[in-house]
Amino acid sequence: MYISVSDRNGGQGGTALARTSVPFRLAPTIVWLGIVSLFTDVSSESVAAVLPLYLTGYLGLSVIAFGVLDGINQGAGSLVRMAAGWLSDRAGRPKQVALAGYGLSATARLALLFAGGFWALTGTMAADRIGKGIRTAPRDALITVNAQPEHLARHFGVHRMLDTIGAALGPLLASAILLLIPSGYSTVFVVSLAFAVIGVAALALFVPDQRAVRKQPVAEDRKVKPAPGIRWARLHHSALGRLLLTAGVLGLLTVGDGFIYLALQNRNSLELQWFPMLYVGTNAVFLLLAIPLGRLADRWGRTKVFIGGHLALVGCYLLASLPFTGACAVAGCLVLLGIFYASTDGVLTALASQLVTPEHLATGISAAQTVVAVSRMAASAGFGVLWFAVGPTTALVLVGGLLALAVLGSPLLLRGPKNS
Amino acid sequence: MTLRARPTGNKGRWAILLLVAAIALAGAGIFAVQAVQRFQDDRAAASEATLAPGGPSLPAEPFVLFRNTASGQAYGQAATVSLSDPSGARSVSGVDCDRTYGSRTSVICLRTQRGVVTRFEASVYDRTWQQQAKWPLRGIPSRARMDNTGTAVATTVFVTGHSYAGAGFSTETTITSVKDGGELGSLEGFVLLVNGERITAEDRNIWGVTFVPGQADAFYATAASSGRIWLVKGSVSGRTLTAVYDGAECPSLSPDGSRLAYKKNAAGPLDPHWNIAVLDLADGGETVLQEAASVDDQVEWLDNNTLLYGLPRPGEPGDSDIWQIAVAPGSTPAVFIEHAWSPSVIR
Repeated sequence: MYISVSDRNGGQGGTALARTSVPFRLAPTIVWLGIVSLFTDVSSESVAAVLPLYLTGYLGLSVIAFGVLDGINQGAGSLVRMAAGWLSDRAGRPKQVALAGYGLSATARLALLFAGGFWALTGTMAADRIGKGIRTAPRDALITVNAQPEHLARHFGVHRMLDTIGAALGPLLASAILLLIPSGYSTVFVVSLAFAVIGVAALALFVPDQRAVRKQPVAEDRKVKPAPGIRWARLHHSALGRLLLTAGVLGLLTVGDGFIYLALQNRNSLELQWFPMLYVGTNAVFLLLAIPLGRLADRWGRTKVFIGGHLALVGCYLLASLPFTGACAVAGCLVLLGIFYASTDGVLTALASQLVTPEHLATGISAAQTVVAVSRMAASAGFGVLWFAVGPTTALVLVGGLLALAVLGSPLLLRGPKNS
Repeated sequence: MTLRARPTGNKGRWAILLLVAAIALAGAGIFAVQAVQRFQDDRAAASEATLAPGGPSLPAEPFVLFRNTASGQAYGQAATVSLSDPSGARSVSGVDCDRTYGSRTSVICLRTQRGVVTRFEASVYDRTWQQQAKWPLRGIPSRARMDNTGTAVATTVFVTGHSYAGAGFSTETTITSVKDGGELGSLEGFVLLVNGERITAEDRNIWGVTFVPGQADAFYATAASSGRIWLVKGSVSGRTLTAVYDGAECPSLSPDGSRLAYKKNAAGPLDPHWNIAVLDLADGGETVLQEAASVDDQVEWLDNNTLLYGLPRPGEPGDSDIWQIAVAPGSTPAVFIEHAWSPSVIR
């Protein structure tokens, strides 16, 4: 395998036989982290689903500016994620850092009840994004520490499944409330706050504050150079650096779901009102396949599944652009998109976590996630230009072709200069 | 936090979690039940405004069509008052509308449909509020206009979530045939010309159409790209938008077609303050009116010298008033119709 050399903790390659003999045991901490994410996602997605309507229809605020600020917030979220990952490693207290992130988002929910003006609302949105940025890497570091190394991707699959259930339930809950009370935004916010508080309480009570590392006494000595960690200057030589590069290249060819849905809708003259159901469908496939594909990654190779997942995305691009019409094309595309998420989201984190020393666990994870987030943001911006320049069909076929090439080239990118 | 209490063990922690969950869910549940109760009471209560008796159909004499935002019965419904007595009793239609506009022959109504997923739709009604056509909208209703011959409607919606920019909002403005709901043009796809040059940037947004009186083909609208905003003159048949002025948003042509009223941002792009301004199309002179509040609406002409626009009622979310102001420097605004939104004057 391409990264087997650095893949110490039972990744792939030679240890394959030994690995399968370890029975899978789900760590309670990971289930708790999944439950925390589930409640938090119900909380955040229920608000996200009603926010545009709340702002325009109810408060009568200008929304174009809000869109701009939301973009800035997302960028800030990525930077905070890096900083929080580093802090989590530095302090050796991933739980406390994650708790600060979840706590900040819950506080933002409370503030939402009182925020009326444009800047106040922008502030609460920013706080929520920053909270999300803070918590992600330390939480994934905790999953890594608690998972059996042989079943790491499967454990991430369990977490992502619970997380996605929350993301799917949130908007439904919000819709149900607004169905009962058309202007019941404050009720949505109060219910959202309740879920956020339960999530924070579950984290505080049931997730132990594990240090990611037991530091060697030697490492405490300032004169002794720390053991091999992340040497950013030499990143291009390291396995993590190669993974980041590969993920970045693939991310640059991963256009937003919105474009795919739009292309499907244009081609199949799908009724507009079913548009939101495309998101629900993708999420449903994602949550169903998160565990099976995590399992496959543990058995067959995480790199293979991560890269192979991008082939599902290529397939989805083609289905959305080829002149097949009808429900089958739409359903096929949603399934492929769900496969793509299930085989890349948790699996990449599992991969990254294995390529750094324990002292740099959260930093490495946050680096990989930031690379993916930033490259996908760039991809969507660039694809928008292409979409208008050459039309949806050509644009999707073009990006699909490039992505197929990138998938074929990924093994070369991942292969180190010495170990081939 | 309470983790220090390790001796309490799992049982203690479960007890705390269940307690927290019970308090949080009970609190939210009580709030929700009270909110439902309040909503049902509100809906059943008599309207804050005086409602006119009689069956719903458009008046024969000149009238103002608007969205009724008075709490109580008929909240959110399209309503009319006589132009000669705008503060008098309002006739409600029984039709829910977020945004509405009308002509002598028909009414357009944009609305939010609640359900498992929230949907948006546009409906056309005849003079007796019978639905004539209906089509789905791609986002949150923002602006609606109908030409005064009643043949075409223009709708602007905010598209969220799946916009071209990834995150954030974009607008989508469509001109549709009143007769059958068939699309006559999606303005984001029209050729946009600024100083003779074609703007092809992908972030083009078009909003706030106003039809030239008597011509369903010619219109004015707002176009924006890369942070710049233009007043554009458009042609449905030519599929073009030509920039004619800078910085004017949500234009509205006077009934005689000689002047354009619009909102004009006097502050930064992120926290806008919109003044109302009027452009004389013959001599290019611009008058900025003295309304202290920021006006985020597409203004409507009451007559050739007076404007109407909606302003939210401070501290009462979901409610608003329609104000009037004379087109003259130093004129002062006054409330035209209380508890109302989205005015349309049908002469």
